[in-house]
Amino acid sequence: MLDNVIFYFFASIAVISAALMVTRRNAIHSAVFLITTLLATAGIFLQLRAEFLFISQIILYVGGIMVLFIFVIMLLRLDVPLPQIRSRTQKWIALLVALAVGVEAGVVLWLARKVPGQGLLIPNPAPADQLHPNTEELARSLFGAYLLPFEIASVLLLVAMVGAVVMAKKRTDA
Amino acid sequence: MMPIGHYLFLSLALFLIGAIGVITRRNVIIVLMSIELILNAVNINLVAFSRYFGDIAGQVFALFIITDAAAEAVVGLGIIIAFFRNRETVLADEMDLLKW
Repeated sequence: MLDNVIFYFFASIAVISAALMVTRRNAIHSAVFLITTLLATAGIFLQLRAEFLFISQIILYVGGIMVLFIFVIMLLRLDVPLPQIRSRTQKWIALLVALAVGVEAGVVLWLARKVPGQGLLIPNPAPADQLHPNTEELARSLFGAYLLPFEIASVLLLVAMVGAVVMAKKRTDA
Repeated sequence: MMPIGHYLFLSLALFLIGAIGVITRRNVIIVLMSIELILNAVNINLVAFSRYFGDIAGQVFALFIITDAAAEAVVGLGIIIAFFRNRETVLADEMDLLKW
């Protein structure tokens, strides 16, 4: 019961502020609503007993990526309403495509729930008090089985950092 | 414990809202933010399956997706700054330098 209340609380916050995010004209308002969505998602992570992801979602997404976004919005002086798409057809096509994908996936999920034996074969999750400490288990997996992807991710971050510096720097010669 | 379908439907809703944002918005920064929203929706799926299967691999992948989102945001914003310096705009339909 309490699980339901927590889930619907965070889920409604996430969906409502996501909808507001894609409809606001001012980029700064969009950024703030996206932060709200990300924080609500962090709450969902905590409910799913993913404590490490909960905290890294807040530190990395909200504290890092979104601050970068807001920094760029302020730097380029984009915190004013910009003109929206002029053609109405594109909006209708977008809504139609999203509706089609949504109905399709929704029907699949619904049928998977209904059909016995062929549905999503999800075993009953382990009770929360029998779980290992989440951060410890994640670290064991990350530095054990997933050590190579972990190192590749660090190279990816290095490349992204160099790329961002090269692209955003002022061209003095050339 | 809630059925996993709730999490999947939440993820689906966030994914669709993000997709609508990518298609309909002109401001490239908001398009980038919609992509972040889509990646976030994927993360919900991964973490939910990780919890229900009792397998930590889903959370490891969610962590990698957060890393990718950071790299993508950094490079995307770098491109936007470079473009804004040249053309003084961030509207997607005015980014037509490579069209002929």
